Amino acid sequence: MSQFPLISVMTFLPLMGVILLFFVNKKSYSLHRVIALVVSLATFVVSLPLVTGFQSNAEFQFVEKVPWISVGPFQMNYHVGIDGISLWLVILTTFIMPIAILSTWTAVEEKVKEYMICLLLLEVGMLGAFISLDLFLFYIFWEVMLIPMYFIIGIWGGKNKIYAAVKFFIYTMVGSMLMLVALIALYFKAGGGDFSLLRFYEVSLDPATQTWMFLAFALAFAIKVPMFPLHTWLPDAHTEAPTAGSVILAAVLLKMGTYGFVRFAMPLFPDATARFTPLFATLSVIGIIYAALVAMVQEDVKKLVAYSSVAHLGYVMLGVFALNQQGLSGGMLQMLNHGVSTGALFLIVGFIYERRHTRLITDFGGLAKQMPIFATIFMIVTLSSIGLPGTNGFVGEFLVLLGSFESSLRWYAVIGTSGVILAAVYMLWMFQRVMFGELTNPKNQTLTDLNAREIVIMLPLLVLIFVMGVYPTPFIDKMSPSLEKLIVHCKSKQQTAKAEVPQLPVAQVSPAAAVIPADSK
Amino acid sequence: METIAIPAINFAPIMPEVILSIFGMALLLVNVFVPSEQKAYLGYLSLGGIIIAALTLLNGWGAPPQEGFSSSVQLDNFAIFFKGIFLLSATLTILISDHYMKREECNVGELYPLILFATTGMMLMASGTDLMTIFLGLEVLSVSLYVLAGFNRANVKSNEAGLKYFLLGAFSTGFLLYGMALTYGATGTTRIAKIAEFIAQNTSVAANPMFYIGMLLMATGFSFKIAAAPFHMWTPDVYEGAPTPITAYMSAGPKAAGFAAFLRVLIVAFPSLKADWTDLLWVLAVLTMTIGNIIALNQNNIKRMLAYSSIAHAGYALVGFTAGNAEGTAGILFYMLSYTFMNIGAFAIIILVGKKGEENNNVSDYAGFATKHPVLALAMSVFLFSLAGMPPTAGFIGKFYLFSSAIKAGYIWLAIIGVLNSAASVYYYLRVMVYMYMKDPVEEFDWMKASPAVMLCILVSVAGALIPGVLPSYLLELAQKAVLL
Repeated sequence: MSQFPLISVMTFLPLMGVILLFFVNKKSYSLHRVIALVVSLATFVVSLPLVTGFQSNAEFQFVEKVPWISVGPFQMNYHVGIDGISLWLVILTTFIMPIAILSTWTAVEEKVKEYMICLLLLEVGMLGAFISLDLFLFYIFWEVMLIPMYFIIGIWGGKNKIYAAVKFFIYTMVGSMLMLVALIALYFKAGGGDFSLLRFYEVSLDPATQTWMFLAFALAFAIKVPMFPLHTWLPDAHTEAPTAGSVILAAVLLKMGTYGFVRFAMPLFPDATARFTPLFATLSVIGIIYAALVAMVQEDVKKLVAYSSVAHLGYVMLGVFALNQQGLSGGMLQMLNHGVSTGALFLIVGFIYERRHTRLITDFGGLAKQMPIFATIFMIVTLSSIGLPGTNGFVGEFLVLLGSFESSLRWYAVIGTSGVILAAVYMLWMFQRVMFGELTNPKNQTLTDLNAREIVIMLPLLVLIFVMGVYPTPFIDKMSPSLEKLIVHCKSKQQTAKAEVPQLPVAQVSPAAAVIPADSK
Repeated sequence: METIAIPAINFAPIMPEVILSIFGMALLLVNVFVPSEQKAYLGYLSLGGIIIAALTLLNGWGAPPQEGFSSSVQLDNFAIFFKGIFLLSATLTILISDHYMKREECNVGELYPLILFATTGMMLMASGTDLMTIFLGLEVLSVSLYVLAGFNRANVKSNEAGLKYFLLGAFSTGFLLYGMALTYGATGTTRIAKIAEFIAQNTSVAANPMFYIGMLLMATGFSFKIAAAPFHMWTPDVYEGAPTPITAYMSAGPKAAGFAAFLRVLIVAFPSLKADWTDLLWVLAVLTMTIGNIIALNQNNIKRMLAYSSIAHAGYALVGFTAGNAEGTAGILFYMLSYTFMNIGAFAIIILVGKKGEENNNVSDYAGFATKHPVLALAMSVFLFSLAGMPPTAGFIGKFYLFSSAIKAGYIWLAIIGVLNSAASVYYYLRVMVYMYMKDPVEEFDWMKASPAVMLCILVSVAGALIPGVLPSYLLELAQKAVLL
């Protein structure tokens, strides 16, 4: 398969922008913005052939494999490729980046060069994590993502930026470090060789090993998702991050967690997945309800959207853990939807913050009269976030609830459904307080409506909201075969595991030394 | 009349040491004739000596081990790799010394010969296959370092550092020597290989308490030298007080030398007691990592912070040591090398930011550094991320290798403690970055004039911290080849 290395070109194209930016005078702000925008647009264009060239089957496509590190017992490859699970997430990333960059055109006015470098590096990290088929490579990209995001929050963030940035970094780091240990242990358990994901899929692990390895992986991903009760870093990070940071955080970074479950934690440890499904479903449902309730009482629009993120990702997790066709495709679709809708919401919050330098709901009211275009767009996005039929949100939520209802998670689905109502309550209530009523605050009476640039930013998102809402089939079709394969893989492994070990108490975790053979030389 | 058989003297295995000592002595003489503002020339001369020593050293790489002085020294890949680290740390230290000495107005030329002598001592430690040779190397190293630590005579803290290091160092040497004596008493030999032979032949020796106490005391002595907890107490004060280039040097070279000797003694002399010394080592590893990191968390002086962090790093290396397999040893070698780059690099920046009288050494003094000096701040970030073990840096690969060796040997919980520790360590490394990037500048940093030598040191260090992070194969292979056993 020695064709054009499309994936690598796409992944490392932003790096070209970084190198270019290094040589640009640090005062030429507009040039920095243009370079970053052009490079990210080019990345998006380069990523499009992935969609058109993608065959709707379960195989990994556009695969590239080059030996990278080979020493002692270790063999790491530069092994990348995409299947139906990663395809749309890759496209979502390349799609959202130009929007995010365009959104900060006037919001960030100092250290623009460094800001753009961080954004582009972040894009490399995110794309790399989605395309890696080598666990070691994945881990590198996974960690590399942290650094630019840390700087984006910490340098260009709001009042509490340092606290939020450090919290974000440490939370994620703790989780991923344990994943690293499990990853190495898995490697030795698989008998050495290379770190290829596909090879690890075939390894059969005993239930006790699976338990703690799954927990280590799941912790890393659950922090990133974030699942209740590990979500506390998210509202801080979201609120303090600059608009582009929030958009990327919501649209892509959080998907790393859910993607991690689908790609790594569940298929690698199917038996443990089955065992922990009730736990994770419970946490998801708690996340849905709890985050919705907390969102309801927020005074800060951005914080409200941040909590709504937690609730939305609860749906994703519920669908994913249903582990059937509807649930998984619903979950995957919901990942994309959340990226689009919540990304758009953060952009909207950014627009009014740029104008008024406040995000408190009480500072607004009656904006609809003053900013009709803004009001229309805001309305559409709000409805899509609630999941109104005809918008993207509906399809995803519907499939998730359908899937989980048909699986063993029936009662979770029943409770989770109430989250839909709660979402309508807090979103509409917020919308009402911000947009309708009397235009009392004199500061709001001079507000200007969206300018051309801002409309251009929102347009692609609005189009997607309707396209995905009315005609989601092409999205689902591309991912279905891969999801089907994943389900078959997990279910069959769970079956064999059950046949071998009829009963296994959850608490029985054997000491590590017994799990891994001592020095296998 | 009994004839005394003089063994054939083979200088080849200690050629680099010989060259360095000759240069050191010559420089002491030359020093008299060099005016104080031109001592930098001594630095260049000593760099010349290091380069010649390095060339002779490289010559022996890959060749079969050479023995000399009736097999009390041995030049093998293991020793060569470590000697490379020593020469590198000496080079980087010399590059950053002149700037500091001019600033502190203690421009005394003896600095360079002393660094060369210390390096000679370290090299002997890495080569020593006899307890006496190792001790000899250790003393040559230590005596030079005592002087170097107290080098800045006008500074009270430097005086304190020298004295403290001398007293505690002498104490630990006592432990080490006593342990060696007991081991000699129990086995009748000081040759490391012979000790192993003796143990293999005499099962009774294992029941001999003298023998165990000997091993334990030696381990204690070495633990002092590598600053493993609970024998780390001298480190923060000495690191804080010593002149900054010497702190950088002490955190890299001598620590690696301690590991070199420690590794050789335990692995070659006591292989049959592996179960015993790994038990000892994991306790040391856990204590060292945890204590180092926890205390580093609330240090405000950046030199002290790096001192505690270097204790923690010794703990990570001990994790690989505990694993006791080839990967673990190779991991230590790789880690020591990358640690040399990242730590001396960080100290180079500290020297630049510092003012006369060791001022500006607080973390808060770095506020807004990135705004004023973006390139240097970027370099500092690379060092700090590498120390924290973030990919794609050498620090990450090193930790990955160390921890995976432990996991392979079945010490999963030790690896978990290790990674949790490095997650905690992120906090204090990030703190420096928070000040550099996220706080408004309070200083102009206008006194900073980086000399070409310092810039070269930073450049080399950045390359050393980054390139092995992206393309580690070559260095890892070298480390793999350097593992004795």
